[in-house]
Amino acid sequence: MPMPDQNLTNDTMSSRREAIRSPEPAPLKLHVPEPAVRPGGKPDFSNIRIPRAGQVDRPNVDVDAEAIRDLAFSVIRVLNRDGEAVGPWAGALSDGELLEGLRHMMTLRAFDARMQMAQRQGKTSFYMQHMGEEAVSCAFRKALLPGDMNFPTYRQAGLLIASGYSLVEMACQIYSNTHDPLKGRQLPVMYSSREHGFFSISGNLATQYIQAVGWAMASAIKNDTKIAIAWIGDGATAESDFHAALVFASTYRAPVVLNIVNNQWAISTFQGIARGGSGTFAARGLGFGIPALRVDGNDYLAVHAVAKWACERARHNLGPTLIEHVTYRVGAHSTSDDPAGYRPKTESEAWPLGDPVIRLKNHLIVRGAWSEERHKQTEAEIMDTVIAAQKEAESHGTLHSPQHASARDMFEGVFAEMPPHLRRQRQEAGV
Amino acid sequence: MSRKTMIEAIREAMDVMMSRDDDVVVFGEDVGYFGGVFRATQGLQAKYGTSRCFDTPISELGIVGVAVGMAAYGLKPCVEIQFADYMYPAYDQIVSEAARLRYRSNGQFTCPLVVRMPTGGGIFGGQTHSQSPEALFTHVCGIKTVVPSNPRDAKGLLISAIEDPDPVIFLEPKRLYNGPFDGHHDRPVTPWSKHDLGEVDDGHFAIPLGSAAIRRQGKAITILAYGTMVHVAETAAAETGIDAEIIDLRTLLPLDLDTIEASVKKTGRCVIVHEATLTSGFGAELCALVQTRCFYHLEAPIVRVAGWDTPYPHAQEWDYFPGPARIGRALIETLEA
Repeated sequence: MPMPDQNLTNDTMSSRREAIRSPEPAPLKLHVPEPAVRPGGKPDFSNIRIPRAGQVDRPNVDVDAEAIRDLAFSVIRVLNRDGEAVGPWAGALSDGELLEGLRHMMTLRAFDARMQMAQRQGKTSFYMQHMGEEAVSCAFRKALLPGDMNFPTYRQAGLLIASGYSLVEMACQIYSNTHDPLKGRQLPVMYSSREHGFFSISGNLATQYIQAVGWAMASAIKNDTKIAIAWIGDGATAESDFHAALVFASTYRAPVVLNIVNNQWAISTFQGIARGGSGTFAARGLGFGIPALRVDGNDYLAVHAVAKWACERARHNLGPTLIEHVTYRVGAHSTSDDPAGYRPKTESEAWPLGDPVIRLKNHLIVRGAWSEERHKQTEAEIMDTVIAAQKEAESHGTLHSPQHASARDMFEGVFAEMPPHLRRQRQEAGV
Repeated sequence: MSRKTMIEAIREAMDVMMSRDDDVVVFGEDVGYFGGVFRATQGLQAKYGTSRCFDTPISELGIVGVAVGMAAYGLKPCVEIQFADYMYPAYDQIVSEAARLRYRSNGQFTCPLVVRMPTGGGIFGGQTHSQSPEALFTHVCGIKTVVPSNPRDAKGLLISAIEDPDPVIFLEPKRLYNGPFDGHHDRPVTPWSKHDLGEVDDGHFAIPLGSAAIRRQGKAITILAYGTMVHVAETAAAETGIDAEIIDLRTLLPLDLDTIEASVKKTGRCVIVHEATLTSGFGAELCALVQTRCFYHLEAPIVRVAGWDTPYPHAQEWDYFPGPARIGRALIETLEA
């Protein structure tokens, strides 16, 4: 059963009533949505309805989109406040798999911390961290099979870490050094690794969403078994590419999982600006007949379970699934951003879905598979590993060191074969 | 070998490539069951099935966006944008995505993709069915831009475009679909069956991208043209009796600069003709290249004859179109300069 629009506060309800009661329409007025609180205010997430863990049903994968409309307005959660895994979406992962997931998230967090610092030290131009969103990409990756292809945004490096991609290569890309697999051509964090099912990040928003649908259609055309995974942020769902992707995915029943990572903020713009009058981002799928679910993005188990469900649908030729991951961007958008200018400083502490690393840690302790002590020890070990990888990468240079990607490389790879005009320009450049 | 219209030649190129390579897929608006509004894909769905040739939603962004994803997977999509004038929603996918994928992923992902678009005016199509946006593509690094002027070239160049490992924009002058257009709209249309270049080889044959063709040998002036304007330039040369050498560029990028340079060094004069608007048009690039390469051989300033810098009008189409009279005047001026 669809829930009422969570954004309709009592205030707007009563002003609507007033509007129709007056005999003459008042002059028209532009509505510009505003977040509940601005800097200096008290963080308030009371408008976000969060059901208890375990409360949402788990339908069969061949369910009709129409029959599960309510899942687009609820939130699928597995981990409860006591750290227990409860309800129909729980139970798929072993202790070992969960410990591995915890390590992935901790590695991503440690890597972020070191690279963020390296940027501040002038070793690179730019960095984007994942703080608070680690579960989304790390857990999702474990639902995939070799050959599946992600079309990520810039905040899904967990997909790489959880697939065993080398931290050294990641750092070399960030440093644009002589071992940068992308030869210094791309902004830091715009990774690409075909081998690890990670499509080249564009940097332009939303463009990859429709490409994922095309990749999935190609897999279906070739009667292949692989599926594609599309990624987008809440803000970029406003781009036409998002809507084109939903049309094509719906029309051709493409084997694709369409993820929206709703981390509440698009740089300084709160999610209400892109969402408009729609209750949730997941609800966008309903008009296209695409099954749409919302999941607690800070719950490793829930993300994994929902990912599994959606991937199974895609693999069985049942078509696309839209997933809204409800999470929170704890850090700044990038190293070029300061959230203090647009949201209360303590907002992240008030975020009701907690910290994904702590929640999984607590769950593992409740399961008897983990302890505070082992956690601390692992944290230190992981930091050592990350620092070692960073040092190795730095031995190949950093952005402003003499060892960086070569000027000659700039001219390569524009085309498969260098055309005469580029050859002349390279000659002119003297490289 | 037989005489074919340009549409038939284009269809044959896709047919040949679809039969040779299972990875070639064709799609676009009205392209599947119906065979395209210009009938370029007629019969392909019946022959190769709906998963190789199909209709799409009206979303140029979507068409090119899914094609980029398919190309990254390993297919070779050859998609149709119904009119070049409709390509703007797809421009970001062409410029930021298709064109740069090889570069930005250091070759991990590539984009062997062809985007076919009917281009140019002369059919009373008004501002939204007549544009020639080639300069918007030649300015982008990482894509190739092709404009054929006849059935034989259309087939050979389209086959090369589909076989090319990089994205290719394939602009089809729609005024030439059924016959060479001499620039006189008030005269009966000559069909391709009466033109030598309507003679098209059967089966597979490729004309390499980046090679121009000399359509008329001459000593007095070099005319650089492509697409429809090749034929209009031929008319202008015939009507003025000027011994012009007419170069059909065929591919704008990569450009066959050697052929251009050799010709201008021989004639010492150069007139550049295109239907697209003048300012920042491809003629500006040609002009810059010719003056750099041939400055000491030039006897006269290089002249450009192009569409006026206005939107393509409807009723005033033939006032806008750079027809034989305007080209003829430019030839005479250049010769007398």
